[in-house]
Amino acid sequence: MTEMLSLSNNMPLFLGMMLLKLVVVFVVVILIVAYATWCERKIIGHMQTRLGPMRTGWHGLLQPIADGVKLFFKEDIIPAKANVIPFLLAPMMILVPAFITIAVVPFGPDVTIAGLAVPQQITDLNIGILYVLAFAGLGVYGIVLAGWSSNSKYSLLGGVRATAQMISYELAAGLTIIAVFMLSETLSLREIVAIQSGPLWGSIPFLPNWYVFTQPLAFCLFIITGLAEINRTPFDMPEAESELVSGFCTEYSSMKYALFFMAEYANMVVIAAIAATLFLGGWYGPLPSSLGFANILMKIFAIMFFCIWLRATLPRVRYDQLMRMGWKVLIPLALINVAVTAIVVVLT
Amino acid sequence: METIFFYIIALVALGSGLIVVLCKSPVNSALGLVNTFFCLAVFYVMLYAPFMAAVQIMVYAGAIMVLILFVIMLLNLGTEARKRYTHGVVWAALASLLSLVTFLVFIKKGQITGAAGDITKDVVMSVGHTELIGKTMFTEFLLPFEIASILLLVAIVGAVVLAKKEV
Repeated sequence: MTEMLSLSNNMPLFLGMMLLKLVVVFVVVILIVAYATWCERKIIGHMQTRLGPMRTGWHGLLQPIADGVKLFFKEDIIPAKANVIPFLLAPMMILVPAFITIAVVPFGPDVTIAGLAVPQQITDLNIGILYVLAFAGLGVYGIVLAGWSSNSKYSLLGGVRATAQMISYELAAGLTIIAVFMLSETLSLREIVAIQSGPLWGSIPFLPNWYVFTQPLAFCLFIITGLAEINRTPFDMPEAESELVSGFCTEYSSMKYALFFMAEYANMVVIAAIAATLFLGGWYGPLPSSLGFANILMKIFAIMFFCIWLRATLPRVRYDQLMRMGWKVLIPLALINVAVTAIVVVLT
Repeated sequence: METIFFYIIALVALGSGLIVVLCKSPVNSALGLVNTFFCLAVFYVMLYAPFMAAVQIMVYAGAIMVLILFVIMLLNLGTEARKRYTHGVVWAALASLLSLVTFLVFIKKGQITGAAGDITKDVVMSVGHTELIGKTMFTEFLLPFEIASILLLVAIVGAVVLAKKEV
């Protein structure tokens, strides 16, 4: 067991590695976000027997860049009756929690450099999952503030809906995760991935020991609540365009609108990464562990594809249905799951 | 380095505290309060209490402040509320002045000997803060914990009863 690289035993290397990891993760997430928009339009296009973007570059590959340039040169409008400070803060407050959360996701096994073990993870927190839950709950500020400060009825309704929705689904998401760390007996994402390596329950050789097999109900609940929490279809009530124009971001233009757009996809990446780490074994996957990065990216892309597929398939649910499902179906199911897991853990 | 960091965060905490008190718009005050909670969470992390930090953000910033913000927005507390409470500020100022004096007296006269007890920084680092809190809560402090949960249950039942009356 080699010693972990830390600030005290090799400061220059630690700072250098930290900076490198931050830059790599940031660039990768930004790239995924940019090309997720292209993939979404392409996939939905083909599912509806259209072609999707075709004009910019080969099969529209330059479309995200063209969109970015276009939004960058749009006029930046602040409504005359808007509440200026919250109006400016809101887009940042929605994007920052998404990017911060990715810091605890491990994307590979430790690498030994200069005799010290360097984890392939920006930081391993003792309270990893709690950190994820804490920052997931902060995303709601951006939406609420955007809705309120725009001083428009559509924005306000979107913001109010988002708050109610996120508060109710956050509870169910937290409860499903509790079942996972009752089994893992740790909150650190790094150790949760370590526990999920090896054959299933130590005995079935052809399946990995992922929590999706041990906790199938929790996995389904997590995906549903995750979709609701990031306001994706079929739960995109806050920006239901048939009722609310564009919801909480109706009054935004130019790069501020682009930030909301990016935040939506960044949140999708985060939820996919957390689901992959908690339930699908993280970087421990079908490919050998030295390719951990490819493993986790593969799982993230699979979950994101599933989200896009859902958007092409399902209609939007009604608001009262959404609330009823959150409180009367998902939370009881999550509680039953926790209770059953507790009994099984005590008995074995 | 840790001291410098502490002072920077303390400065931010004080600044956002001033925003809470001095801002005219209640929403801006609420945002200042959220920032203060963040600074408190940073202090918890510096005191080797990461669980407290996460719970601080989750409960105070993530749940309670969202509800407060929600109420402020829906009630649209505007100029009218501000006019009504101009003299109320005096009492709040007096109370905070008193508590400041008490604190200063305590720091000057009280016996502050630094950290003591079995749970040192190294124990927290090796066992884990969450595990320690969990163990003490379900062994040593089981009765207070159960009382707190019963109080919460009563609050839930009360809320349901109050809400049902309206319908």
